[in-house]
Amino acid sequence: MAQTRKQLLTDPLVDNNPITLQVLGICSALAVTSSLNVAFVMSLAVIAVCGFSSLFISFLRHYIPNSIRIIVQMVIIASLVILVDQIIKAYAYEISKTLSVFVGLIITNCIVMGRAEAFAMKNKPFDSFIDGVGNGLGYSLLLMCVGVIRELFGSGSLFGVMIFEPVSNGGWYVPNGLLLLPPSAFFIIGFIIWGVRTWKKSQVEARDYKIQTLEEH
Amino acid sequence: MSNSNNFFTRFRELPVDGMTKTIIVAVSLCLVCSMVVSFAAVNLKNIQEINKAVDKQKNILQVAGVYYEGIDVKKTFLSFEPVVVDLNKGKFTNKFDPITFDDKAAAQDPELSISLKDDPASIGRRTNFATVYLLKKEDGSLDKIILPIHGYGLWSTLYGFIALEKNGNDIFGLQFYQHAETPGLGAEVDNPKWKAQWKGKKLNNDNGELMITVAKTQKNKEYHIDALAGATLTSNGVDNLVKFWMGDSGFKKFLKNLQNGAA
Repeated sequence: MAQTRKQLLTDPLVDNNPITLQVLGICSALAVTSSLNVAFVMSLAVIAVCGFSSLFISFLRHYIPNSIRIIVQMVIIASLVILVDQIIKAYAYEISKTLSVFVGLIITNCIVMGRAEAFAMKNKPFDSFIDGVGNGLGYSLLLMCVGVIRELFGSGSLFGVMIFEPVSNGGWYVPNGLLLLPPSAFFIIGFIIWGVRTWKKSQVEARDYKIQTLEEH
Repeated sequence: MSNSNNFFTRFRELPVDGMTKTIIVAVSLCLVCSMVVSFAAVNLKNIQEINKAVDKQKNILQVAGVYYEGIDVKKTFLSFEPVVVDLNKGKFTNKFDPITFDDKAAAQDPELSISLKDDPASIGRRTNFATVYLLKKEDGSLDKIILPIHGYGLWSTLYGFIALEKNGNDIFGLQFYQHAETPGLGAEVDNPKWKAQWKGKKLNNDNGELMITVAKTQKNKEYHIDALAGATLTSNGVDNLVKFWMGDSGFKKFLKNLQNGAA
């Protein structure tokens, strides 16, 4: 085993973050980060689905025929997602209204599928579970970072608690409306990736090609 | 060795990529997963439906101005009397049970709804029967009338309630409980400051003409709601849907009858 269990859990936070390094799972990161409450519940849902799908897939890994392995993974992931969706609808109704389709779309989140295919199919159940949770946490960490920026500067609050009193309620802060719209998450994630890769040079990808200069020609 | 053990050993020894094993794995996995999913769906259905009902009741309390944090929604809701109104006749009807009657389902049913030719609120079909809620005072007299309204904004259909004073002309409040308008712009229909404007405005002038307008420029203060900044299309949508539901094809006849005691 190349990685210890602790590394399995902590590596995906920064060093191998599914969003900043692998650039996976971007679409849901755009959609659910305009308020922290929603981002938090989405994070929990992804951690749960990612962890348990890896666990179950790893249990079955010796029985999954190669020809239908993607379908088998999808069936397991999809069942877990429906389960989580039903539970959120039953116990966190307000939030389920704002999350709407995005819980269902965890099925298509490449992080979950990626961990199942890349790790759980080859490793022991418990390690796979830890790896799934770790990647879920990595996704959550970025979701929360983006959420803090978007909610604080977009609506002047954090977790729904007013920090900057916006002008529309008689305060001084003029909210930046752009931050409430999905495209702003693109900029923020872009800046975060830039920051992380400046900090950790090893994450910079090698160029696919080199622009030829006139002199070399 | 027992039979079942035999079966499992034989199953284990089958080649993983063989046809038999592929089919067995696929079928049993589907069976197990479908059982898990249906078990969850069936068991949680009750709680989910209660949530939905409570959420609707909460919105009715909010629009009537009796909601506060931590209130017992179900108990307070008992002071509201749900009744089904026949929109064409403008009268109460006892054809349906108001507790179980579903306006949205009725709007899809060709027998219970009409297809609109003149359709400013872009709702396609209008139900002929709508559930309204009457807030009664302790002595049983009418206090407020809560009417369901909906119509298209910019991106989505806005569903909400409008609360009227007992004279059926003064607005007490307006609230949407479901929409998907742009956050920060159109979604400001949820802004308490904007909603507060509705209070005290009048629907009709003394001649009974519908006057209420959501617009940027103010013509007559009594009937004017300031449109949302940066959300012209959502504001137009709200304008259209309020005019539609408060107009002749909406609740106007019913409100008139209610005042004359003919409802």
